[in-house]
Amino acid sequence: MNFLSLFVLIPLLMLLGLWLAKGVKAVRGVMVAGSTLLLVLAVYLTFDYLAQRAAGNNAEMLYQAAFTWFEPLNISYRVGVDGISVAMLLLSAVIVFTGTFVSWKLSPNLKDYFLWFTLLSMGVFGFFISIDMFMMFMFYEIALIPMYLLIGVWGTGRKEYSAMKLTLMLMGGSAFLMLGIFGIFYGAGGNTMNILDIANHTGGAHPIDFAGQCIWFPLTFVGFGVLGALFPFHTWSPDGHASAPTAVSMLHAGVLMKLGGYGCFRIAIYLLPEAANELSWIFLILTGISVVYGAMSACVQTDLKYINAYSSVSHCGLVLFGILMLTTTSTTGAVLQMLSHGLMTALFFALIGMIYGRTHTRDVRQMAGLMQIMPFLSVCFVIAGLANLGLPGLSGFVAEMSIFVGSFQNTDTFHRVLTIMATCSIVVAAVYILRMVGRMLYGVCTDEHHLKLTDATWEERFAVICLIISIAGIGLFPSWISQLISDSVAPVIDTVKQVGPLVSTCNPFM
Amino acid sequence: MTYTLFIILLPLISFLILGLAGKSLSHKTAGIIGTLALGVVTVLSYYAAYEYFFVIGRDAVTGAFERQVPFNFAWLPFFDQGLHFDMGILLDPISVMMLIVISTVSFMVHIYSFGYMKGERGFQRYYAYLSLFTMSMLGLVVATNIFQMYLFWELVGVSSYLLIGFYYASPAAIAASKKAFIVTRFADLFFLIGILIYGFYTGSFAFVFDTPEGLASYAQAGILLPLALTLMFIGGAGKSAMFPLHIWLPDAMEGPTPVSALIHAATMVVAGVFQVARLFPLWVTYAQDWMPVIIWVGVFTAFYAAAVACAQSDIKRVLAFSTISQIAFMMVALGVCTELQTGHEHVGSVGYMASMFHLFTHAMFKACLFLGAGCIIHAVHSNEMSAMGGLRKYLPLTHITFLISCLAISGIPFFSGFSSKDEIITACMAYNPLVGYIMTGIAAMTAFYMFRLYYGIFWGTENKELHAAHHPHETKIMTWPLVILSVITVGVGVYTTLAGFGLFDGYSFGSLISADGRDYRIHFDTGVALTSTIVAIVAIALATWIFKGERQPIADKLYATFPRLHRWAYKRFYMDEVYQFVTHRIIFGCVSKPIAWFDRHVVDGFFDFLAWGTNAASEGIKGLQSGRVQQYAMFYLVGTILLIAMLLIF
Repeated sequence: MNFLSLFVLIPLLMLLGLWLAKGVKAVRGVMVAGSTLLLVLAVYLTFDYLAQRAAGNNAEMLYQAAFTWFEPLNISYRVGVDGISVAMLLLSAVIVFTGTFVSWKLSPNLKDYFLWFTLLSMGVFGFFISIDMFMMFMFYEIALIPMYLLIGVWGTGRKEYSAMKLTLMLMGGSAFLMLGIFGIFYGAGGNTMNILDIANHTGGAHPIDFAGQCIWFPLTFVGFGVLGALFPFHTWSPDGHASAPTAVSMLHAGVLMKLGGYGCFRIAIYLLPEAANELSWIFLILTGISVVYGAMSACVQTDLKYINAYSSVSHCGLVLFGILMLTTTSTTGAVLQMLSHGLMTALFFALIGMIYGRTHTRDVRQMAGLMQIMPFLSVCFVIAGLANLGLPGLSGFVAEMSIFVGSFQNTDTFHRVLTIMATCSIVVAAVYILRMVGRMLYGVCTDEHHLKLTDATWEERFAVICLIISIAGIGLFPSWISQLISDSVAPVIDTVKQVGPLVSTCNPFM
Repeated sequence: MTYTLFIILLPLISFLILGLAGKSLSHKTAGIIGTLALGVVTVLSYYAAYEYFFVIGRDAVTGAFERQVPFNFAWLPFFDQGLHFDMGILLDPISVMMLIVISTVSFMVHIYSFGYMKGERGFQRYYAYLSLFTMSMLGLVVATNIFQMYLFWELVGVSSYLLIGFYYASPAAIAASKKAFIVTRFADLFFLIGILIYGFYTGSFAFVFDTPEGLASYAQAGILLPLALTLMFIGGAGKSAMFPLHIWLPDAMEGPTPVSALIHAATMVVAGVFQVARLFPLWVTYAQDWMPVIIWVGVFTAFYAAAVACAQSDIKRVLAFSTISQIAFMMVALGVCTELQTGHEHVGSVGYMASMFHLFTHAMFKACLFLGAGCIIHAVHSNEMSAMGGLRKYLPLTHITFLISCLAISGIPFFSGFSSKDEIITACMAYNPLVGYIMTGIAAMTAFYMFRLYYGIFWGTENKELHAAHHPHETKIMTWPLVILSVITVGVGVYTTLAGFGLFDGYSFGSLISADGRDYRIHFDTGVALTSTIVAIVAIALATWIFKGERQPIADKLYATFPRLHRWAYKRFYMDEVYQFVTHRIIFGCVSKPIAWFDRHVVDGFFDFLAWGTNAASEGIKGLQSGRVQQYAMFYLVGTILLIAMLLIF
């Protein structure tokens, strides 16, 4: 038994434990124990991974293990991690851990809630450790389904509508994705679902012909892109986030949306490099639009969750944008941005949930002067806002700068113009963040009901502080994690670059 | 000189302590922690300056002060082109000078704030922000590369945002802090793009410009290097409040007055000037044709701000516009500098030294003016000149120091501003007499509006009821910094004036800081010195004639004769309204709102339509599953007939 499988096994055991648990305390106990174990495991994995790399282990994926699951289609349970997955596992573990504390007092049916929550986390962890396309897809689906119930049952506002919309749109993406995955599978000879084999043309896989690639690339990219809030498939995001309970928003924006970016890189770019070169421009335009469009929309929203959801559209757009720029720096920056956005947006949603839980409104116009009433939450909110607008010393800055510097390596006008367009988002981000902070936290509170509110409880403080420490940790000491990621990104980008410089024959703008 | 690291780390530590544990500390402890940290930083900065200039000294071969990099490491690697984002400490004459300016003024402000902020809610927070700001500003000036500068540049912006919005219960303060951050952030966008271009075409973010490889790659960049520099200049213009990006600075006066002294007069706002000076060797070597941009932006800003300052009634706003105008002087001085080599045959190199000199002297006397304004506001609880008048009786020390600083900024001999401004005008004359005359004219306007302010506060009509109610008085802890700063102003002024007229041959500012780091003794051009002195005296006399008296018939008559001009100047030529229109009407109204609508109704509408379509289609055909056998039999029959028909036809 490979120790990576623990990432799936622990949630499974947690499910069992939750099922057997009687009473709220036992449920919380199981959750805390399980999520702490997962966090410890992720931290251990990171250190061990770094140690192995330092010891000169140059394998593309470490800790590989496999057994055949379904012979006729050559589907295996196959796990392994590289720097990108390690970073993502770490992120997921932090978010699940803090999410547990944020959901501490949720009602009703805390037990059922945590059951679905754990199932969702299992899907997420399984996705990041898989290197078999089919397994990845399966875990992807496992992560999506619980979302429907979590929003539909524990959500607020138009929760049924939002839950249905979110699920249907993401399922629509899955349909494209499934086509794409089977296309890749048969295109490479139908002998293996192993991503590494398909990419390196080993184990019975042969190169996929160019025409085929050009069909499967858009399918897989859009399939994952829907989850990564690719314009125009992002509209589930504002409604879904607005209705979801706090910890679910955290997990969804913090981790689930990262599945999109990760999948785009791992499958669409890695397995279909020629098509990526040829067709990236179409998606670059879409992501470029996402970046500016999301930020601009966020400027005029009044609901806190809508502001953050649109800001997520902008930031996740930047993730895909960085990946599609196809340079080592920009792609590393994109992965950093996934990490950074995951932590930062989780923090944001957590704080929004806490504030909403007290004021019972998310309308920025109805709040004022919260700084005097709940100083702890307000100060953390300001920190989250500053992380969002890319303040140096917090994680967003590092990620954005890597993306911009990397994107600038493409010398043609098309890429340059898009890069400059994308940089504009940092100004717009300042506008919506400061508008929100100024309205909500500053000024004088006039609502009598608000004056009696209390500041954060211990478990809320704990969750928020964990997230802030992670954000500041990446922001202050970025080089180790950036190195960790780029070591795994560079070979992939090199394969793409070997195919040819980033010149597309069908791009009318070049 | 690794100890210079503590110059940055100490304020950071003090920020962390005050930020995390501030609530549990008493006001006094918090203030002492912040001030103590800054005191040590000040000592270290002075020691570093001493060591740099006098122990390490000049390079024996070149005769210039060499750059020292006591500390540097790759903070964030980028993986293309071998680019990397370094953090470190670079000591050269201008960064050492900036260390002195920042630590001195910051230390003064820390002490002063004990009195000014006494009993304020959020006292600990205030000191935490001050520490954060000082750390960022010090990090900015010792940056070893342009990206590090940008990083601290952003941090400076945020600490400025936090400090302007310190009184967060006041809507004006919130709006002002937001405006300051967004306007400078907008300018920083250009800075960032400039950095990207610079990094890509030169293969490095470092400031190194004198290695042969460096030269080759810089030359290769062709027109893109000047472009990058100009974009960075826009970033600098944003921070340094050059027209038309100046609009945030007057509003920034909503912050506590000591903050205005520190950030919006002496240190942060000169970051743009410092940035141009830092990149100056590149400008002068590769982008000389683009330098008129700096000059004319500077000249116009200097004039515009001086004109507006003549009509303001809020004393902090007068000082704010005066700051804008004076910074523009520094910018112009850099712009007119056309040579790197110093020496008396290289008259084109004076501007660089003059700019840095003015930066230094201005920081001291402007900080003194702002802190003085703080005492006045503290005494009468108002910013408006109408609440003042005749205050010389109540605030004697403030009065004297304020007068000294006014004389300095007006350019009267034996006060520091005279020497530096004189050098700027000399440099302008050498470049183009037209610029020289314009700048002399603006210097006269400066003297005029400063003395309008001075008389308005300390002489003129006294607001007796208000003063009887408030009993204006001075606090000791607040007057000490004023005295120290004005002693510096007079000391530097007397010394440089005497040295400049050749009365003795000592070190002068130019000996330490010059365009190429070599010794350059300042000698005044008698013509320029005489002209500017006479002009300043005439302007002061004019201001005395108009504004000194209890009643001011001439001023009233002037307002009555040119009501529109006065109104326009008072309203700052409606620049704020222009911005308001662009941001609210155009960006919010015509871009953001339609995009948000489009998203909800068109993009999302499409998906809702899909869902509705699927639903409607199911509704439509669900009737087919009726469960009635007759109906099924009929479908069966019709289907069979259709199939047979199709078979027969095809």
